[in-house]
Amino acid sequence: MIRECKSVRNAYGKTISELGNENKNIVVLDADLSCSTQTQIFAKAHPDRFFNVGIAEQDLMTTAAGLACTGKTVFVSTFAIFATGRAWEQIRNTICYSNLNVKIAATHGGITVGEDGASHQALEDISLMRSIPNMTVIVPADETETAQAVKYAADTFGPCYIRIARTNLPDVYDKNYKFNIKKAIILKEGSDISILTNGETLVECLDCAKILEEKGINAEVISIPVVKPIDKETIIQSAKKTGKVVTVENHSIIGGLGSAVCEVLSESYPVKVTRIGINDEFGQSGSAKELLAYYGLTSDKIAQKIIGIIK
Amino acid sequence: MLKELPTEEIKEMENVSKKLRREVLQMIYNAKSGHPGGSLSSIDILNVLFTKCMKHFPDCEKNKEYNTRDRFILSKGHASAALYAVMAHCGYFKEEELMTFRKLGSRLQGHPCSNKLNGIEVSTGSLGQGLSIACGIALGLRLDNINSKVYVYLGDGELEEGSVWEAAMNAAHKKLNNIIAIVDNNKLQIDGKTKDVKDIGDIKAKFEAFGWNAIETNGHDINSIYKSIQVVQNSQKPAVIIAHTIKGKGVSFMENNPNWHGKAPNEDDLRKALEELK
Repeated sequence: MIRECKSVRNAYGKTISELGNENKNIVVLDADLSCSTQTQIFAKAHPDRFFNVGIAEQDLMTTAAGLACTGKTVFVSTFAIFATGRAWEQIRNTICYSNLNVKIAATHGGITVGEDGASHQALEDISLMRSIPNMTVIVPADETETAQAVKYAADTFGPCYIRIARTNLPDVYDKNYKFNIKKAIILKEGSDISILTNGETLVECLDCAKILEEKGINAEVISIPVVKPIDKETIIQSAKKTGKVVTVENHSIIGGLGSAVCEVLSESYPVKVTRIGINDEFGQSGSAKELLAYYGLTSDKIAQKIIGIIK
Repeated sequence: MLKELPTEEIKEMENVSKKLRREVLQMIYNAKSGHPGGSLSSIDILNVLFTKCMKHFPDCEKNKEYNTRDRFILSKGHASAALYAVMAHCGYFKEEELMTFRKLGSRLQGHPCSNKLNGIEVSTGSLGQGLSIACGIALGLRLDNINSKVYVYLGDGELEEGSVWEAAMNAAHKKLNNIIAIVDNNKLQIDGKTKDVKDIGDIKAKFEAFGWNAIETNGHDINSIYKSIQVVQNSQKPAVIIAHTIKGKGVSFMENNPNWHGKAPNEDDLRKALEELK
């Protein structure tokens, strides 16, 4: 099926720029990737409140922290691998330990970075971010959810990590969608198995549910955009209903959404959980589509796996 | 013309430094852990900064002018004992609280924590981050047209962290002349002499090459410290004062000895040290 896809990076840049019209307290930082992260939209509209620190991600995060110390609402962007990898300790020890109002909106998360290959594909960012106290972690799935998550972050005090896809994504939500930090979203009710996902893989999971439907399997599809703090109740209720859970994420199966779901269920309502993601290995070059298929994250591959589980 | 401190006042301040040094040692002895070497090398500089140079408000947010304060960042967070002693002396909290240093539930954490203690701008402890924080604060103050200085206190060993130089480059590029960095150049680090572990070389030349205004001073001479801070007040570039100091300053058996970087004195050591600091 061919769908119209929209740039979620563009949605991010436009949203912060618009928020910046009203809220003069918003400042934005980038490390020489403003053309890719789309912070350039903000930079053009508000040049006095945009700071490019050059290719220096450690400096990026701690300069952001300093600006937050003066009461600014700080958005900081670079690729997810450099934001969460190179500057992890700056985020942990300065931004989060001091509980500063810094929003890390990192683009190019996951395998779908594509042709640049493994060095640029952040498969560990969710894991790295959600283990830090005070940090909120959000993985939006489309343009609408990205814009609303960014607005939520701007309006809410404290450190926040938002993972923004490199790829253009089709709309999942309509204009009536309301992002709720406390709530996972049941997009399709079902009784045979729960598919829990977020971000870029949400649309694949919705398509997968249709494939399963044809095979007589009634899957429930739940999007969990907020990986931390996670909506335990919705996860537990769904597990009680279906008794089988599959997590799907554009991330390593270690430490991300799958792990977060396992933590919830193993303590509160143990059922078998199958984690679908990147299996503790590095990625490689290829187109985003090819890579999703190669690593088993397309609707048909997910469906195959689920049919195996149900049998 | 640079202002000089009257001889009487210098005498008084030297006595304050002695008192602060005694407190630092008692705190570390009491905690059975801490960093005496780099705390003792920092006392005179922090004394001059907090009692003579910085505009600051020990009543913190209660003060209407709090927003106009000069900012201080202890980038070498392990000199926390020295900072706490100076803060107590200035009235941020009662001196008796110093003896809670490093104890469970204390506001005086091993390394400064901004969420626990009022007056700490930002939590530090992991080396190499203070100068970037200072850049961010300096940018924020400039946006708000607040004419305050950002003082950031670094160790010389800390200059081995690459992130310091990312910040140094950015400060010069952004023309952040509201930053005054001070390097506690005591020439020692945990594993020995900085020149043996990883030679930092000519610190002044390095900062100058990065576009900074750099001067040197004697970090234990009250009047020299006072004058050097005046020299850089109106600098057109970000400025750094390289303060030549002695690790363990004031206690003969601790001076210039890297073993006292992170070791608490025992009862006998403390008694001898306090005797020397009478």
